Amino acid sequence: MTSTPVAAPAITVRGLEKSYGKVEVLKGVDFDVARGSIFALLGSNGAGKTTVVKILATLLKSDAGSAGVNGFDVARQAADVRQSISLTGQFAAVDEILTGRENLVLVARLRHLRNPGTIADDLLERFGLTEAATRKVSTYSGGMRRRLDIAMSLIGNPPVIFLDEPTTGLDPQARLEVWQAVRELAAAGTTVLLTTQYLDEAEQLANRIAILHDGRIIVDGTLAELKQLLPPAKVEYVEKQPTLEDVFLALVGQDT
Amino acid sequence: MTTHFFGDTAVLTGRSLRHVTRSLDTIITTAITPIAMMLLFVYVLGGAINTGTDSYVTYLLPGILIITVASGIAYTAYRLFLDLASGIFDRFHSMPIARSSVLWAHVITSLVANLISIVVVVLVGLLMGFRSSAGVLGWLAVGGILVLFTLALTWLAVIPGLTATSVDGASAFAYPLIFLPFISSAFVPTQTMPGPVRWFAENQPVTSIVNAIRDLFAGTPVGADLWIALAWCVAILVVAYLVAMAAYRRKLA
Repeated sequence: MTSTPVAAPAITVRGLEKSYGKVEVLKGVDFDVARGSIFALLGSNGAGKTTVVKILATLLKSDAGSAGVNGFDVARQAADVRQSISLTGQFAAVDEILTGRENLVLVARLRHLRNPGTIADDLLERFGLTEAATRKVSTYSGGMRRRLDIAMSLIGNPPVIFLDEPTTGLDPQARLEVWQAVRELAAAGTTVLLTTQYLDEAEQLANRIAILHDGRIIVDGTLAELKQLLPPAKVEYVEKQPTLEDVFLALVGQDT
Repeated sequence: MTTHFFGDTAVLTGRSLRHVTRSLDTIITTAITPIAMMLLFVYVLGGAINTGTDSYVTYLLPGILIITVASGIAYTAYRLFLDLASGIFDRFHSMPIARSSVLWAHVITSLVANLISIVVVVLVGLLMGFRSSAGVLGWLAVGGILVLFTLALTWLAVIPGLTATSVDGASAFAYPLIFLPFISSAFVPTQTMPGPVRWFAENQPVTSIVNAIRDLFAGTPVGADLWIALAWCVAILVVAYLVAMAAYRRKLA
């Protein structure tokens, strides 16, 4: 069925449709995500990215079409899908009143794992949150929250992770931290589907990029393939100016 | 469906109970407002109210307990609304847990939090001279009615918790509920009220619940009020539960 006969894709989406009342958000969405890859779903605000993620995470039912995650159908085998995934929503879905460590222990308990305390301590260390472990999350910075959020998603090692706009609202430094975490995930073999409205984020992270526009996927390919859609590059001489981001990061003293 | 219902509910209840114990202001406001009302009515207005009983605080306490629960469940709606708004509700629902645990944890937390407030209010009532000649069975019956009433109002609170679009909307529904005891036998006997008001007061749920609790506390035989009170509680519970579950399913459709 697909171009990779060796391993079935981790995510398959076929003809997905969804309307809210009279508003058609998805009008037939198709794409595949290869196992262990990072796939970026790109689109402007309101393009339906979150709707796709919610359907894949069994939080919404599609009106038509089918979707499979890790070989399970999202409508008929929802419980198996939930066993295979983690969702990091658009806003860091962490419990503000609990401490960072309590958040991790909570998720480990809900995944019915042994030694939730040990799992929590390992992740706190891995994400540089050990010192903040016993503080209420309401005192965390945006970047720390996102890191905790992603750490919570890793508990139980689900093979597929959804990151819905993981860096929206983060400062540049926190963004780099999140990117690093996502790269490490994929390196360890996790399939990552991320949505973003930042083009450079897709460019930096994704193996494949799909653009969702007006309810359909209008392009789907690697970065190189997408670039070929435009006329070939011309050689031009441009004075290399540091970007504002370079300046900011240099002044703040945090290089990648 | 899944075997984890009790374990998951226990874990999630532990979580939301921490929310209660860590925001002391919610405990204080849920108990302080009814206590302040009790002080006001007993020590300021009570002298002018003739209930035909010796002790006004003994007459008043059942109604105050109803107000305690009615204001307490506003926080149930509030906590549920915040879970939805913050996305943690979605996170739980995308995890391999018994999904119904998410709502039940809020319901159990609401029961526990309200029962704590009720105990505090009763203790203050005792300090103010409230006396009961009820035996153990009488107290158990009062406890049973209050648990049922809290459960019914809690499921009622789940509806705005799931459907509200703002924090204010989530908790505003409690105001009419807090107001309802004023047009009942909670503060003054209904006999003094003019016709239509009296009719309303005598046929709304609070009066029968308050009368039943009052009779149980007094150790006097409880008449039809008990059955009317139970019927109201069960009816509110069933309707609220069905509407809440419909709202819940719409969230996940």
